[in-house]
Amino acid sequence: MSTTEIVREAENRHDFALIAKWIQPQSKVLDLGCGNGSLLSFLREKLEVKGYGVDKDDNNVLACIGHGVNVIQMDLEAGLAGFDSLSFDYVILSQTLQAMVNTEGVLREMLRVGKQGIITFPNFGYWRHRIQLMAGHMPVSDNIPHQWYNTPNLHLCTIDDFEALCAKMNIRITDRIVINEGDTVSFMPNLLGSLAIYRFEQAGWPISY
Amino acid sequence: MQDSSSVGIVAPQTAHFQQPLTLKSGEALPAFDIVYETYGTLNSGKSNAVLICHALSGNHHAAGKHKEDDKHPGWWDNLIGPGRPLDTNKFFVIALNNLGGCHGSTGPASINPVTGKPWGSRFPMLTVEDWVKSQAMLLDHLGIAQLAAVVGGSLGGMQAMQWTLDFPERVRHALVIASAPNLTAQNVAFNEVARQAIMTDPEFHNGDYYEHNVVPNRGLRIARMLGHITYLSDDAMGAKFGRKLRNGSLKYNFEVEFEMESYLRYQGDKFATAFDANSYLRMTKALDYFDPAFAHGGDLSLALAKAKADFLVVSFTSDWRFSPARSREIVKALLDNELSVSYAEVTAAHGHDAFLMPDPHYHQILRAYLAKIDTGASS
Repeated sequence: MSTTEIVREAENRHDFALIAKWIQPQSKVLDLGCGNGSLLSFLREKLEVKGYGVDKDDNNVLACIGHGVNVIQMDLEAGLAGFDSLSFDYVILSQTLQAMVNTEGVLREMLRVGKQGIITFPNFGYWRHRIQLMAGHMPVSDNIPHQWYNTPNLHLCTIDDFEALCAKMNIRITDRIVINEGDTVSFMPNLLGSLAIYRFEQAGWPISY
Repeated sequence: MQDSSSVGIVAPQTAHFQQPLTLKSGEALPAFDIVYETYGTLNSGKSNAVLICHALSGNHHAAGKHKEDDKHPGWWDNLIGPGRPLDTNKFFVIALNNLGGCHGSTGPASINPVTGKPWGSRFPMLTVEDWVKSQAMLLDHLGIAQLAAVVGGSLGGMQAMQWTLDFPERVRHALVIASAPNLTAQNVAFNEVARQAIMTDPEFHNGDYYEHNVVPNRGLRIARMLGHITYLSDDAMGAKFGRKLRNGSLKYNFEVEFEMESYLRYQGDKFATAFDANSYLRMTKALDYFDPAFAHGGDLSLALAKAKADFLVVSFTSDWRFSPARSREIVKALLDNELSVSYAEVTAAHGHDAFLMPDPHYHQILRAYLAKIDTGASS
């Protein structure tokens, strides 16, 4: 895929466009679990950000380098020791949190390295997921596409669950957008929204330190 | 049969410099030669030049063959050529033999114009900074103001880094492979054992063995055997040799019994006849001396503040002499300076020597990075 193509692909990603609205032009962005670099390519093209990606997968690292996206090959689970505190304006974790072993550690590291964090995750509380569970099966959907036996996901959560964790960690949520099939959901988001996008920052010292 | 992705038959050239070169040690070389090879064509904007910096025992012969029936091509031939990762259809590649070497550039075996005899023990100590300075003079000689990229592995990676510090305006990209911001104590220790092996050889004659018509082969051989062990990983050695016996059964004597011994002796012998002990001593010292952070209180981020180039840093998981952790130190310092940097940690079994191997993923990384370099060409 050419760089133009991945930017075009990114333009069709509704969540990317929403994330971009929260990012100041020419700011410094760290994208954790950056995949093929499409979000960073998109943000660089639209907002001229100074961006770096982090990914542990060989093919993703190769794809980023091929698109001229700065990428650091490392495992997020090991923390972000290679990054100075508050050295980024934004640290993004797009559809990756649910696959992390050390969920709290990653959130804490995001807010050590970045002034603000931006996160997206599939809402496990989405009504279609609930119906599948009630019918006796693990949910499978556009945002949770894997079967239970081959999913990389370890820590799926609902919108309410995530907000409870933020409260426990003394993380202040500054913005939230919940979407379903590209449309913003404001009524009963924990039931009707399939994807959640948050912007947040540290509110004083986290309680659980 | 001619391989269409080989640079083919190449011929080394020599650049003569009559002006003295003042070295970091305070000594000076009154005049010097640098032998080099080039592959590909310098474009009209002179914007496609790539400099290859060699490691401990390398030289200017990086690609192609000197004669059709040469047994081996240049040392980085798998990387350089038309259609290869460092594509000579796009880039003009320059490879040289560093000063102090023994393949044609001025070194300890060259004639000292003052005495009319080989320099020997009087040949000055060289540093990575001195090499970079002399490489810049070679570029001046070739009429190249700015490099599209400087590429090096190991000690060569140190030179690539030093380029970005000493001539930040003259290099757009630096590819720092299997390298480190300085040597660890363990690495200095290995170098010291290698040097002691050479210097305690009865035929070393304090470095002036040329006039005795002898060479300290035994010392150099042991030095190389030691080096070779450390360039490979335990796993790679185990996979290749394990405890395989040369003749099927133990003989209970000091002849070669294990295949490992046979291989080491062969490598040692081969190297000892092809390399100059005084050059080896100086190359190891240049490795030991390299430490850009030293002048900045050990702060590598401060040291790299002068750099402007974009970087690709590559390490190999099984490399324990220049471990991934050391490359990550470089990456951290580059990030602290908000420079463009990508870092690939390549899973490879071959230890430090992996940087010379044609591992497909490693080469894809280099190919992808080099392909993105803008040489200003319209095509």
